[in-house]
Amino acid sequence: MSNQKNTLMGWIDDRLPVTQAYEKHMSKYYAPKNFNFWYFFGVLSMLMLVNQILSGIWLTMNYVPSVEGAFASVEYIMRDVEWGWLIRYMHSTGASFFFIAVYLHMMRALLYGSYQKPRELIWIFGMLIYLALMAEAFMGYVLPWGQMSYWGAQVIISLFGVIPFGLGDALVEWVRGDYLISGATLNRFFALHVIALPLVIVMLVVLHLLALHEVGSNNPDGIDIKKLVDENGKPLDGVPFHPYYTVHDLVGIVVFLMAFSVVLFFFPEANGFFLEAPNFEPANGLKTPEHIAPVWYFGAFYAILRAVPDKLMGVVAMGGAIAILFVLPWLDRSPVRSWRYKGMISKIFLPVFAVAFVLLTWLGTQPATEINTFLSRVGSVIYFGFFLLMPFYTRMEKTKPVPERVTGGH
Amino acid sequence: MKKIFLLIAALVPTIALAAGPSIPLDKHRTDLRDNASLQSGAQTYMAYCMGCHSLEHGRYNRVARDLGIPEDLMMENLVFADKRIGELMTNAMRREDGQAWFGAPPPDLTLVARVRGADWLYTYLRSFYADDMRPFGYNNEVFKDVGMPHVLAELQGMQVKGTAPVAVGVDSLTGIAITEERDDVLYVAKAGTLSTAEYDRLVFDLVNFLVYMGEPIALERQRLGIWVLLFLAFFFIPVYLLNKEYWRDVK
Repeated sequence: MSNQKNTLMGWIDDRLPVTQAYEKHMSKYYAPKNFNFWYFFGVLSMLMLVNQILSGIWLTMNYVPSVEGAFASVEYIMRDVEWGWLIRYMHSTGASFFFIAVYLHMMRALLYGSYQKPRELIWIFGMLIYLALMAEAFMGYVLPWGQMSYWGAQVIISLFGVIPFGLGDALVEWVRGDYLISGATLNRFFALHVIALPLVIVMLVVLHLLALHEVGSNNPDGIDIKKLVDENGKPLDGVPFHPYYTVHDLVGIVVFLMAFSVVLFFFPEANGFFLEAPNFEPANGLKTPEHIAPVWYFGAFYAILRAVPDKLMGVVAMGGAIAILFVLPWLDRSPVRSWRYKGMISKIFLPVFAVAFVLLTWLGTQPATEINTFLSRVGSVIYFGFFLLMPFYTRMEKTKPVPERVTGGH
Repeated sequence: MKKIFLLIAALVPTIALAAGPSIPLDKHRTDLRDNASLQSGAQTYMAYCMGCHSLEHGRYNRVARDLGIPEDLMMENLVFADKRIGELMTNAMRREDGQAWFGAPPPDLTLVARVRGADWLYTYLRSFYADDMRPFGYNNEVFKDVGMPHVLAELQGMQVKGTAPVAVGVDSLTGIAITEERDDVLYVAKAGTLSTAEYDRLVFDLVNFLVYMGEPIALERQRLGIWVLLFLAFFFIPVYLLNKEYWRDVK
């Protein structure tokens, strides 16, 4: 509460806890002082969320959500709308950079055990954000109504069709709102993309942060900094988030924006990984592209789908690959959080898993040749092995003693 | 899903199986700064392509401005009589007519360079060869059984596929090209109004223009990108020092 009773701030604070909230979440939120490179990606994900919302609002001003108008309206934005090209590239490049930030943010959690007790709910909210983000990105990719928008949607939505007992077909029809991908599908995806899912994502981000600020941030050593406090009750290894981490994050933001700008201004298509070439051709239901590939950020799950010979089992595997992430906090039985103090198996398995995930991501964007399918199977086994064996190897391996105070950092 | 694919493949084989380069592509060294080349490409496009292939997302005045063509010259030479300078570059061909005449409506080409790539276009336009089995007398090495006639045949001459000498290297002593007889190569059997080098140059300019059409902002985007990166690089300095100053006392 503000002490300045006779000021404007005092007047507001008596009616709305602005100062209290500011102190709880910023100036008196104590974060461990040893955050490293990996801790930038939370704020960077948020930065990309803001980028997507702002650029999205301006795109919506000129985008036409109809089969007749969608493709041409995107080109209208690219050519005739003042700065439209920049807004559109901010949005298309931003989508990929959002996923880059989110994947590295998730990797951070894996490295330092940020999902472990008492942070299970933070992880669950994070996973829900990830799930909503995938739906958001998928529907957004349909909106330009290019060939890959259409056929990508066709392939992904038809996956629901494998559900047996006639439920699948009914579900596919219900999602599409038609007997095939059509204007009805485009319009509902537009509605979900610009209002429903962004609202869900923003609300989940709020919950993600509230849960985080309730239990406090983890750190690269996986130590609870609240155990050791000074005479004022402040953690010895903590610093107030503001100003210390605001100025610190700003450094990461500038560097990240430089990488973002390099792609946006010099390689907006990212060699077909961010904007696929067939999507510069209007959707045509009578002309199947030779090679239907998802955008890179879905690659890993698409590769797992294709790695399984049976279609139903493939869809189950793909769903399982996402679902298993939700129960991660209960798979890890290690007494320590950070991989720094875990045993040999964890230390080897985690990088191997990361490499397998990157490989799967790449494979998902490539044609399913014999060698690619083989590699996808190897990658899928590593992916599932990492999680399914975790309860065993984290319990039996010998961990190292965790220090009292945090190490490294500043 | 599979059923849908099979159905489509069975119904429209020529369309469903179209595309996919079967031969190695020649490199197109795109140069969007070469205004003379872009202007020449625009001229060729308006004379030979525009009748069938619209550029419906582009506008005449944008092309004039970006390529440094005065608007009156543009109107006189490159714009059809019924059009105004600010209009979209559409043409008069109806889809159903195109369908009837060529088997498939000639596609709009505004974005063709972003779909196919410059190398594909550059090779495609130089790979037509005489083939009696095709309705317009020409087939294409890159796009087999393409519906499009060889519109530039009067310029290129009649290219045929057969046995001909191919340059495989240069004699290092005499400087004379070493040739070798090869089957199934393309060569010009009856000369057109242009030499091979001139025709290649014309196609190069045309493809250059199409790359420009695909993304008219490309040069401006790169120019601006350099300033943005410079700003961020300078902005990094105070941000870095500010961070260092705050963290100085944290042990």
